[in-house]
Amino acid sequence: MTSQTKSVDTTKAPEMLSGAAMVIRALADEGVEYLYGYPGGAVLHIYDALFQQNKVKHVLVRHEQAATHMADAYARASGKAGVVLVTSGPGATNAVTGIATAYMDSIPMVVLTGQVMSHLIGDDAFQETDMLGISRPICKHNMSVRRPEDIPYLIKKAFHIAQTGRPGPVVLDIPKDMTMPNQKFAYHYPSEINLRSYQPKQQGHAGQIKKAVTALLAAKKPILYAGGGVIMGQAAEELTELAQLLNLPVTNTLMGLGAYPAGDKQFIGMLGMHGSYEANQTMHHADLILAVGARFDDRVTNNTKKFCPDATIIHIDIDPASISKTINAHIPIVGLVKPVLTEMLAVLKQKKKKLDTTALQSWWQQIAQWRAVHGGRYDSATPLLKPQYVIEQVSKITKGDAYVCSDVGQHQMFAAQYYQFNKPNRWINSGGLGTMGFGLPAAMGVKLNYPDADVVCVTGEGSIQMNIQELSTCKQYGLGVKIINLNNGYLGMVKQWQDMNYESRYASSYMDSLPDFVKLAEAYGHVGIRVTKPEELQPALERAFALKDQLVFLDIHVDPKEHVYPMQVPGGAMNEMFLSKTERT
Amino acid sequence: MRHIISVLLENESGALARLVGLFAQRGYNIDSLNVAPTDDPTLSRLTLVTQGNDQVIEQISKQLHKLIEVVKVSDISEAAHIERELMLVKVKANGNQREEVKRCADIFRGQIIDVTPTTYTIQLVGTSDKLDAFIQALGATPILEVVRSGASGIARGEKTLAL
Ligand SMILES: Cc1ncc(C[n+]2csc(CCOP(=O)(O)OP(=O)(O)O)c2C)c(N)n1
Ligand SMILES: [Mg+2]
Repeated sequence: MTSQTKSVDTTKAPEMLSGAAMVIRALADEGVEYLYGYPGGAVLHIYDALFQQNKVKHVLVRHEQAATHMADAYARASGKAGVVLVTSGPGATNAVTGIATAYMDSIPMVVLTGQVMSHLIGDDAFQETDMLGISRPICKHNMSVRRPEDIPYLIKKAFHIAQTGRPGPVVLDIPKDMTMPNQKFAYHYPSEINLRSYQPKQQGHAGQIKKAVTALLAAKKPILYAGGGVIMGQAAEELTELAQLLNLPVTNTLMGLGAYPAGDKQFIGMLGMHGSYEANQTMHHADLILAVGARFDDRVTNNTKKFCPDATIIHIDIDPASISKTINAHIPIVGLVKPVLTEMLAVLKQKKKKLDTTALQSWWQQIAQWRAVHGGRYDSATPLLKPQYVIEQVSKITKGDAYVCSDVGQHQMFAAQYYQFNKPNRWINSGGLGTMGFGLPAAMGVKLNYPDADVVCVTGEGSIQMNIQELSTCKQYGLGVKIINLNNGYLGMVKQWQDMNYESRYASSYMDSLPDFVKLAEAYGHVGIRVTKPEELQPALERAFALKDQLVFLDIHVDPKEHVYPMQVPGGAMNEMFLSKTERT
Repeated sequence: MRHIISVLLENESGALARLVGLFAQRGYNIDSLNVAPTDDPTLSRLTLVTQGNDQVIEQISKQLHKLIEVVKVSDISEAAHIERELMLVKVKANGNQREEVKRCADIFRGQIIDVTPTTYTIQLVGTSDKLDAFIQALGATPILEVVRSGASGIARGEKTLAL
C-alpha cells in the first residue's frame, strides 16, 4: 500500500483502494492511533489491510467486551472517539455490553462490526446476526455499508455523529463483500460532513441565558449541580470560574466528578443515592438549582415528587430531550455547556453584580452545619482494613492526579466518595449502565494512551473476574495498571441491599472459591501483592507505584461487613438518608 | 389526549425501524402509523397518531428529533389541520341488505368499488371518527374485512412541513 501511495504523484489522480484498505486508511486520515479489536472470518480482509500499513495500531484483546471498554475509556480520558473492530455474529454480540455502556454515559465511540456477505444476509448464514437490529436501541446511530465506495463517507459520518451534539457510540456494519481485496475504488476522505437531518445546536439562546443570569443573581440559596456533560463538553474551567465568581456551592454527579476540584472549599461532594449529607441537604433546600450537563437521573433525584420543593431550576444541556424529562426546568437552555457558560460569564461580568452577600453567607453557614453532621466519616475503630481508608491512601499517594478507572459495586462508591478528583477526565466509571467488568479494560485503554500517567483500577473480587482474562492483554502491551482489588469476599453492593431489605438473607452474594489473586497475577506474568492488615497497606502501595511499568495486582482484604453511607432512603426526598447502620435522618 | 404527529424522514433503510423502535423502547403508544415517500423521493412523510399528556407528547417530539434521520417533526393537531384516513370494508350483501348497505355508503359518501353477488367492497375517506361512525352505522350487516390506512394529516393554510 505504501509503495502504491508513493507511485501516485499527481494530486488529481484518485488513489485506488479496496474496501478493506479504505476502512483502515479512513481511520488513519481521521487521526486514529489505536484500534481495539478481535479478528474473525467477516473482517479478515480488513485485518489483512491493517497488517499492510503502520499508521493505525491494533490492540488484540482477549474478549470483545474489553475492546469496547478500552475504546470507551480512551474517549472518556481524551474526549475523542475510541474505535473498535470486531467480527460478525459472536464478535458483534460480545461487543453489545460495551456499546450499551458507552451509550448510557454519552461516550463517543465508533464500532466497526463485520457482517456476512450481502447476498447471505437474511439466510441465517454462519455467524450472521442482525447487528443493526440488536444495536439500534443502544447506540446513537447505526448504518451498514451497501457499496464499497461509500466507506470513507460512512466512516466520516460515523465520527461526525459520535463526536458532535450529545456524543454516543455509532455502529457501522460492514458485509464482507464490501471489503474484497481485489476490487478497488477511488478513495477520497471527506474533510467535513453536513447532514440536513442532523444539525445539533451549539450556542444557547441569548434571551434564555440573560433570564438565567437574572434568576441566578436573585437567588438566596443557590447550588451548582454539574454532571458528565461538563466533562465531555470540556467546560470544567468555565464552570469553576463561574462558581468562584459567585461563590456558589458546587456538587458533582457521579459522572461529573472532577468537573469542579474536590479539594476546593466550595465543593460539597457528590450528590444522589450515595452522595454526601451536605450535598443532598443543600440541593433539597436550595431556592435555585443551576444544572449544567446533568440529567436529573433517578439515582440523583430519589423520589421526583418530593424533589427540591423550593427550587427554581435552570437547566443547561446539549440534549433537549434531557430537559424537563423527569424534573421540570423553569429556564431551559439548549446548547453546548462550554459556549453557554462562556456567555453566562460574559453577561455576569458586564452586569458587575453579585448575589446578596448576607443571604449567601447564611446559606454557607447552614451548609457548614450540614457538613459537620456526617462529613464522610466512617468507623475506623476496628482492626480490619476499611475500604474507605484504602481509597484515601491511594488518593494521597497519587496526589489526586491518577486516572481512576472503576468497576461497579461498593468499591466504586467508595472511590467516588474518597478519592479527591481535582481534574476532569480522571474518574472513569460506568455510571449509567453500571457494568461490572468495565474497570480493568478501561484502565488499559487509558494506560495505553497515557503511558506516563498513574492509572488505577479500583475493583472488587466480583467485578475483576468479569474481565480477568485481560491480564494477558496487559502483559502483551506492557500496560502497567495498578489494580486495587477491594476484596470483601462478597458481591458487596448486593449484600448491602440484602442486609437492608432482605433481613441479611445472602442469596448468591457470597463469593465462594475465590482464586489466589496473587498467584493469578503472577501466572499472567505480573506482580501480585496481598494486603490483609492496615499496617501492610502503605508499604504495598509504595512498592506498587514505584514499579512504574509493571502491572501490580493489590489484593486488599477489607472489612466484609462495611456498607456505603450515606444512602438515600428509597422513595424519599433528596435529603432523606441513612447515615450509618444505626442512624437515619 | 389524541395527537397527530407529522414527521419528515430521510427515505433510508432502517429509518422507519428506528422510529418505530423508539416508541416501543420508551413505552409510547402508536394508535396508527402511515408512511410513504413524498414528491422528493429522498424523503418520506409519516403521520403518527398517539395518545399522551402534554409532557409525554413533548418527550415524543424531542426524542423523534434526536433520531439522526428525522428531518422535521410537527404536532399538527396543535393547530388547524386536516385529517384523512382511507378505509376499505368488505361486507356481506344479500337480498334486501344490498340496498341498505348502498344507502348507508351513500350517506357517508363512500363508494362501492367491488361487487360480487354476495358482497360489496366499500371505499371511504374521512377523519378516523367518521370511519368509526360508518362501521357503527353498518349495524347488523356482517363485516367480512376492514382495512384502514391510519390517519394522514396536513396543516391548514400556508403552514407547511417541508425542507
Ligand atoms: C454485569 C453486571 N452484573 C450484575 C450487576 C449487579 N451488581 C451490582 S454491584 C454487584 C456486586 C459487585 O461485587 P464486587 O465487584 O465484589 O464489588 P463490591 O460491591 O463487593 O465492592 C453486582 C452483582 C452489575 N452491576 N453488572
Ligand atoms: Mg466484593
